[in-house]
Amino acid sequence: MTLELSHFSAAVLFAAFASIVFGITQRTSAREQLRYGLYCFAMFVGGVFVAGWLMWLIRR
Amino acid sequence: MANIPTAKPKVDAEHPATAQSPISNMAVLAPALGWLIPGAGHLIQKRWIRGALLMFSIVTMFLLGLATQGRVYKPNGGDILDILGFVGDVGAGGLYILTRAMDWGQVAVAHATADYGTKFLIVSGLLNFIAVADAYHIAIGKKQ
Repeated sequence: MTLELSHFSAAVLFAAFASIVFGITQRTSAREQLRYGLYCFAMFVGGVFVAGWLMWLIRR
Repeated sequence: MANIPTAKPKVDAEHPATAQSPISNMAVLAPALGWLIPGAGHLIQKRWIRGALLMFSIVTMFLLGLATQGRVYKPNGGDILDILGFVGDVGAGGLYILTRAMDWGQVAVAHATADYGTKFLIVSGLLNFIAVADAYHIAIGKKQ
């Protein structure tokens, strides 16, 4: 089976899985884990958009 | 000869096992099992939801890496990036052993997104290292 992900879907999946692990391992209580996981996810995906716009600006 | 008072180990009320013997059986078993089967280090300590989520995340990431034709690194003494790639891959434990045994992940990277697969494989191994450390911290009572 061969799967071809788009750049964005690969980045979002990467962000989701990494955020779950970061949230669970870096915080103690369930509430803090959820908050930190969501924070990491937002930073990952936000970073993708920032990097995308930077590349667009450099290319112009 | 004066008697030298020997320090008695303090008994921690919350974690009695850790106060008396810092290396308990669980402190060895949980990380070892967690490395071999991602998430199992938490499951064996009855952290069911955490263990299941870790297992889901790491295993899915590894399988996505294989499905997108990512490259699995073999033990090597060549290029530093290849060595680091192997270190990352081997973090996935049993998944890596199974992959090598079945000879999966040996295709040449044929398209741009296959390189994502290689990174997925490496990062899933690295995330498992973090999960293993967390399982150890739970086992020694450093974390709840």
